[in-house]
Amino acid sequence: MPVKELREELKEKIIEQLNLEEFSVSDIDDDAALFGDGLGLDSIDALELIVMLDKDYGIQLTDPKEGKEVFKSITVLADYIAERTNK
Amino acid sequence: MNSKFNINAYSHIRNDKISLNGDIVFEDETKDFSAFIKSAYKSQGMDYPKFFKMDNLSKLTFIAADLILQSISNSEENIAIILSNKASSLDTDRKYQESISDSNNYFPSPSVFVYTLPNICIGEICIKHQLFSENSFFIFDNFNPHHLWIQTEHLLKTKKANKVLCGWVDFDDSSYDAFLYLVEEHGDLNHTIKDIKQLYLCQ
Repeated sequence: MPVKELREELKEKIIEQLNLEEFSVSDIDDDAALFGDGLGLDSIDALELIVMLDKDYGIQLTDPKEGKEVFKSITVLADYIAERTNK
Repeated sequence: MNSKFNINAYSHIRNDKISLNGDIVFEDETKDFSAFIKSAYKSQGMDYPKFFKMDNLSKLTFIAADLILQSISNSEENIAIILSNKASSLDTDRKYQESISDSNNYFPSPSVFVYTLPNICIGEICIKHQLFSENSFFIFDNFNPHHLWIQTEHLLKTKKANKVLCGWVDFDDSSYDAFLYLVEEHGDLNHTIKDIKQLYLCQ
């Protein structure tokens, strides 16, 4: 899957799995921060994203420091997944 | 039993209706609870995205409490919360169990797990209204006004709280029932077990 499509897929999954009912795919900028001022995600959302990585992409994230970098933005997350799944 | 305290406001959510002090403020015959409570949230003009992340018991409790608390000035108030129900957090417990029942598809959801305690719904109220007060959640077979009365009177008489938001919030499967009331020094209704019973049954 091209990285651009992967980014769109991730946005859809994040909206659905994190119950971001007031967001649509077009509301999420590729480079906007997912946590803090961006989508305003919290620590439970971070855990949910870790489960999503494992369940949907077979990637197990065990290092919390790595998670902080991987979940920086949609662009970073998509690149991280693409590198590990050859999508 | 007599009391020098009064009931200042009360809310109900049941039978497709939401009411405050006996007046219906929202009505929707949507069969599905999720759609019903989402419509109620929007109809009240709320802007609190975390609402959508809550489980059904918390959504039910949050709306019932918000109706009462937004009608009073609660800044710097010491408002305790005493809630009760029959089903505890069973509805969410079942959902969580389903997510861990298949060892070949074992992906427990953290966001579901955090709601596998009934008193989490109290936390949601406290976060929204910035309450740092006493709180308790009791499980009974049926609505128990006697127990709520004793707990509330104790908190008010010992000045551990200025006001107490209390009542019944039950959710299981598709069945829901919420009745909350605010007890304080001022109010039009006496804080007696008889009055609490009457209010519980009044919608």
